[in-house]
Amino acid sequence: MFGRLTLNAFKHDLIEASVGVSILLALIAIVFLLTYYKRWRWLWYDWLTSVDHKKIAQMYLIVSAAMLFKGVVDAGMMRAQQLLSVGESFGYLSTPHYQQLFTAHGTTMIFFVAMGVISAMINYLVPLQIGARDVAFPFLNSLSFWLFASGNALLIASLMVGNFSGTGWVSYPPLSNLEYSPGVGVDYWIWSVQISGAGTLLTGINFLVTILKMRCPGMTLMRMPMFVWASLVTLVLVVFAFPILTATAGMLTLDRTIGTHFFTSGFGGNPMMYVNLIWAWGHPEVYILILPAFGIYSEIVPVFSQKKLFGYVSMVWAIVAIAFLAFLVWLHHFFTMGAGPNVNAFFGFMTMLISVPTGVKIFNWLFTMFRGRIVFTTPMLWFLCFVVVFTIGGMDGVLMSVAPVDFQVHNSLFLIAHFHSVIIGGVLFGFFCGFTYWFPKIYGFKLNEKWGEYAVFCWFFGFLFAFIPLYVLGLMGATRRLDHYDASTGWFPLFAIAAFGFLVICAGIGFQVLQLYISFKERAQNRDTTGDPWNGRTLEWSTASPPPLYNFAVIPEVHDRDGFWAMKHSKTHKEKPKYEDIHMPKNTGQGFNIGVLSFFFGFAVIWYIWWLALLSIIGIFACLFYRLFDRHTETYVSVEEVERIEAQRGKV
Amino acid sequence: MNRRLKIAFFLLVLFGIAAIALLFIFGDRIAVLNPQGMIGEKQRDLLFVATILMLIVVIPVFALTFGIAWKYRAEKKSTYHPDWSHSFLAEAVWWGVPCLIIIVLGAYTWKGCHELDPFKPIESDRKPLTIQVVALQWKWLFIYPEQNIATVNFIQFPEQVPVNFEITSDAPMNSFWIPQLGGQVYAMPGMRSKLHLVANVPGDFRGASANISGAGFSGMTFIAKATSQEEFDQWVESVKESPSQLSKDEYIQLHKPSQYNPVAYYSSGETNLFNWIMMKYMSPTTP
Repeated sequence: MFGRLTLNAFKHDLIEASVGVSILLALIAIVFLLTYYKRWRWLWYDWLTSVDHKKIAQMYLIVSAAMLFKGVVDAGMMRAQQLLSVGESFGYLSTPHYQQLFTAHGTTMIFFVAMGVISAMINYLVPLQIGARDVAFPFLNSLSFWLFASGNALLIASLMVGNFSGTGWVSYPPLSNLEYSPGVGVDYWIWSVQISGAGTLLTGINFLVTILKMRCPGMTLMRMPMFVWASLVTLVLVVFAFPILTATAGMLTLDRTIGTHFFTSGFGGNPMMYVNLIWAWGHPEVYILILPAFGIYSEIVPVFSQKKLFGYVSMVWAIVAIAFLAFLVWLHHFFTMGAGPNVNAFFGFMTMLISVPTGVKIFNWLFTMFRGRIVFTTPMLWFLCFVVVFTIGGMDGVLMSVAPVDFQVHNSLFLIAHFHSVIIGGVLFGFFCGFTYWFPKIYGFKLNEKWGEYAVFCWFFGFLFAFIPLYVLGLMGATRRLDHYDASTGWFPLFAIAAFGFLVICAGIGFQVLQLYISFKERAQNRDTTGDPWNGRTLEWSTASPPPLYNFAVIPEVHDRDGFWAMKHSKTHKEKPKYEDIHMPKNTGQGFNIGVLSFFFGFAVIWYIWWLALLSIIGIFACLFYRLFDRHTETYVSVEEVERIEAQRGKV
Repeated sequence: MNRRLKIAFFLLVLFGIAAIALLFIFGDRIAVLNPQGMIGEKQRDLLFVATILMLIVVIPVFALTFGIAWKYRAEKKSTYHPDWSHSFLAEAVWWGVPCLIIIVLGAYTWKGCHELDPFKPIESDRKPLTIQVVALQWKWLFIYPEQNIATVNFIQFPEQVPVNFEITSDAPMNSFWIPQLGGQVYAMPGMRSKLHLVANVPGDFRGASANISGAGFSGMTFIAKATSQEEFDQWVESVKESPSQLSKDEYIQLHKPSQYNPVAYYSSGETNLFNWIMMKYMSPTTP
């Protein structure tokens, strides 16, 4: 009846159980609060069924914030284990638990935090920056989010029912084959990645079409804001790369469930093929994460330097070059697999080549600041920290592209330090930078600067303390994913410094929470009534903060790059705009329903509960058909309604 | 610019100095920077060359970042050109110079990839020693086909004699790495990877698996001991006197998963055991 699911799945050791119980308690608390404040209808009609890209973006933010919290807890537990598990002592975590932690940490941070915040940014900003009222396929957008959320939920479920994978976040076979990982862990990994990956692919298609088809009049490709350019190229990468992930994970599933031999050792299977395929997705994925962050910096630097972006055309070509090269470097993740010197040299050279357009972007930002008037707000501080950390990370990225050097640092903590430098320093700092900058647009008031600054400094120095020692440890021969090491290695003091750095980062997170709380409390003083609190340059600042449901009462027309800047500075007389009925999509619950059913489907396949899998598939198709034959999917916002909303603009 | 920013900058400089100091404090313990073998030395030299080439770009980036941020802060009211956004010359410089650096580094990489290819035998007038390496769950089995001995989690070999490692796995994928001697290569089931290393001086060098292979992975460490030729010969004799023999049955016992294995010695073994282990994966039946 319940496949592999027996009571044993609920038995955990004390530490694992306490994590599960605290998640359950948190869920119960949320249900209680919603009931107590009678918010269920509000939750359903205003949020869960919403197809508004601005609301979907905020839901991405909430999910990613929760997952970030989980990922950070994972990191802290690993750091503590490495402090305690030296020589005679074996620490406080069992080996399987520790291995699940680093797998879950990687999976969470890449798929659910980094991808989540990137999706949030693209969702919120792209339509606003191109002067559109919504995305090309609003229902698809809601569906994408719910698939993403359902992938997250599966990972969380693994904390309570059964366990997660312990094979590392890319799950190399043969370790991830049934032979060596017979439990449900790898299946949890596969399905949480598979379902959220499907969501990401749909987001990719949706926003690609949105950018290509829905730009406002006058916005040619070469007039698009740089964030939109970065998003466009990112989405192309998503569309090309994610099917590889789906296919690869699909073949691994077949190996595990019906006994095929794509990636098994023996029987003609080839694990090396998996390694190639997963990185053929995995390397573009890295650029899927970093390019939007580059876009964010390209928006922030001109605004706070009060100067036009330097070298726009160069910037565009740099992004395009990075995206192209992103597909030609996957082999640098496994120089040590024994490819010949010619192959290694080719992929090494391609990898180095990527540093050229990346460097160009940095120089262009620096020369945007040059002869500007730089205001050191928190977004600008995030940018400066990014330049420092990312340059360090980029430099050792190039070092590792020299294959013989890579033989000596591959899979060591040097590598770990490298990709945390580029992902924390690049993506996460970029997100924080953008979040602070666009916060007044989303919520209508600015964030507190002082606490924000403390957060920047703690994150920055915390990062340095946590990861610079890892570079040294890697060179000392410390490999990744160790739950125990010998005292004679002499690594302990460096692990201790890294643990201290982790605490400083936690202080940074604490300041961010405090910043949100204080800013919310003092929101009356920091209210943005103009819609343009920073003297912005792009279209999203031309509408109210927060923007009305339909984004723009009148679709703007641009005549230049930095469209809104040109509008503000043009001498032409502004007539009172003439409003029309606005055509908008209606909310629908089908995205949510399919998300929930996908969760059940994933859960059923993981535990071999075939009847439930079948039922959920039928349910998913039923929802889809219901939606396909639903003819009442659109609605109009009347002129009177638009006038009423616009008249209120700027009034509290 | 406010005081907090100045303090932060000052701290950053301090941190940079401390980080560089760290390299010196731990100096002789940093295996990759203090290799004891010819291959490791060449890899380190390449690391230094690449670092210096990168610093040609990185140092100006740091200098420009803080220099520009300081000079063009809003309060100072320096030259202000809000619409200056293009300069062919400047952009040509930062597309061009990095390209040149990459070409130089690329040439080093090409040369390095061929010279330091792990599969390439080391040229030497000494006759090389062959050691066959099998990654198991979760220990390393070393077979000396010429000496007809085998060991677990320990190898000994003469200094200045090239060692030809032939590597496979009868377990999930592992990576065979002795940081003080030189870079690593994956150990994969059904595959024979090769790694050629040499120790310049006698010493005990730490070896490990660098690729996650399951529960006992952290315990897959071993000692690689380089000694004089005489000591090595004596050691081989002493291992030959060891009572256990590595027959196929004994191997099947050893193959069972176990963690943190102590060092073990086997006097003689099944001939061609290594091939048998590799070829199991080629047959259409259960390995």
